[in-house]
Amino acid sequence: MSTPAIEIEHLSKEYPYGFLNLKKKKSLEDLSMRVDTGEVFGFLGPNGAGKSTTIKLLMRLIFPERGTARILGKSIDDVSMHRETGYLPEQPYFYDYLTAGELLDYFARFHGLTAADRQTRVQNMLKKVGLETAKKIQLRKYSKGMLQRVGLAQAILHDPQVVILDEPMSGLDPLGRREVRDIILELKKEGRTVLFSTHILSDAEMLCDRVGVIVGGKLRGVGTPGEMVGIKTQGMEILFEVTEGKNLPLLAKATRTGERYRVHMPEEELYGAIEQLRAAGARILAVTQIKPTLEEFFMNLVEEDRAQANAVEVSGK
Amino acid sequence: MKNVWTVAANTFREAVRDRVLYNLVFFALLMMGTAILVGQISIGIEESVIVSLGLTAISVIGLFIAVFIGVGLVSKEMDKRTLYALLAKPVERWEFLLGKFCGLVMTLTVNTTAMAAGLYLALWTVKHTLERSDAWILVAVYLILLKLALIVALALLFSCFTTPFLAILFTSAIYVAGVFAGDLRRVQGVDINAGAMRLMRGISYLLPNFENFNVMGAVAHGRGVPGGLVGQTTLYAVVYGAVVLAAAAAIFSRRNLK
Repeated sequence: MSTPAIEIEHLSKEYPYGFLNLKKKKSLEDLSMRVDTGEVFGFLGPNGAGKSTTIKLLMRLIFPERGTARILGKSIDDVSMHRETGYLPEQPYFYDYLTAGELLDYFARFHGLTAADRQTRVQNMLKKVGLETAKKIQLRKYSKGMLQRVGLAQAILHDPQVVILDEPMSGLDPLGRREVRDIILELKKEGRTVLFSTHILSDAEMLCDRVGVIVGGKLRGVGTPGEMVGIKTQGMEILFEVTEGKNLPLLAKATRTGERYRVHMPEEELYGAIEQLRAAGARILAVTQIKPTLEEFFMNLVEEDRAQANAVEVSGK
Repeated sequence: MKNVWTVAANTFREAVRDRVLYNLVFFALLMMGTAILVGQISIGIEESVIVSLGLTAISVIGLFIAVFIGVGLVSKEMDKRTLYALLAKPVERWEFLLGKFCGLVMTLTVNTTAMAAGLYLALWTVKHTLERSDAWILVAVYLILLKLALIVALALLFSCFTTPFLAILFTSAIYVAGVFAGDLRRVQGVDINAGAMRLMRGISYLLPNFENFNVMGAVAHGRGVPGGLVGQTTLYAVVYGAVVLAAAAAIFSRRNLK
């Protein structure tokens, strides 16, 4: 079996709080999981679930109470593991007195690249993230979306094997999100491993080989997006247009939006319905399989977690 | 050490772009004003007034930079989270800390050197010549710089485990106490019990002794500074600074970022 790209074993993290920091709040509880080489892994969870905590533990920005982790077989205590790892922090902020080109050059120096190599890579990277024209502007004049792009550029500048992105789509407009998605897919194509956290479920469904769902500091499930939500369909949906006044029994069950109708039915009734629509001269626009979304799965977990927390609170009283 | 140099060079660049060196304009104006005034009002003691005032200004301006920017070296990076991306590179935390220290000491060296040049210029304006004994000013400036480096190390240490406000307070308090450390060691005939006296002496040896770093009085009056004192003070600053930086690195290496 090949070495997993990321291997996490029993990681736990507590945060002190209160007047003298004597009380402790569990932020992450006994997290164990692995991310295989070459896969895109989505780390899903609501705000405060423990996604960023896990990533910061992996990057050694904070330290765990218990547990350990390895990246490409190297302990995260070993600073050399950063040579093969790229990291984009959540809502990144960089030295605002530098230009994008200067910042990337500064970070590239820590990877021991030669001046010529640095220059080439910085140019290519700025082009890749669409900042070529803004490279001479100080970062203090950059928008949030532009900073996110700089963050992405510094994370992949040194061709890392493992790329860890904390909320990479945050603060980006639809075009920017699409560009980030393209970069992630390109990294996957190049055989790199990508772990990214998000609470935008459609991004995870679109990009990830596997996802891990974390709620309340506990990992609640790991699998492919399909496995997570179950493969059984919940029925079919037909979208169609029909001239008004036709005597069509389906119209009684349909929802109308403008000129269009949308109707749901069990899978076994699909062909009968299509025949009816053809006979009535309707124009069928789309036939879609209805599956529970990752969002529904996710919301169920959050609801369960809240119910559990309420139950503990009530029994505590 | 390459990483240390990279961080140091960037810290220096930050100081330049954040216009830290603008204080030199204030110093230049002060020196010019003094040179003009002193010629008119202080007959015979122009040199001593200019040297005293110049060295005091170099020390005070340097102190402000060392304390306020020194405390911000790490705390600003943690508050703004600029540190996150940097520590995810193959950089040890102690390398980052030492780089920040060296970067600010570089800034202080450039600043202090420029101010020393300004002081010589003011002196030349008044005397129309420079004598051999004026070279002692360089020794005084060197010792001021050593003192400032020690203060930067202390500011870094405190900013590694407390808030910027408290770090400024602690650094300033240690500086003031350090100026009087020599007096504390020599104190006699005070009506306190022996235990308290021993405690006071003990504390005085833990505090940085800034007494030996101040040779302004002697230099202003054209007297020389013994070579032994310069060597001993340099050694003291290196050892004390290394211990303070090692303590800062030990604390920072396990510090959870926000």
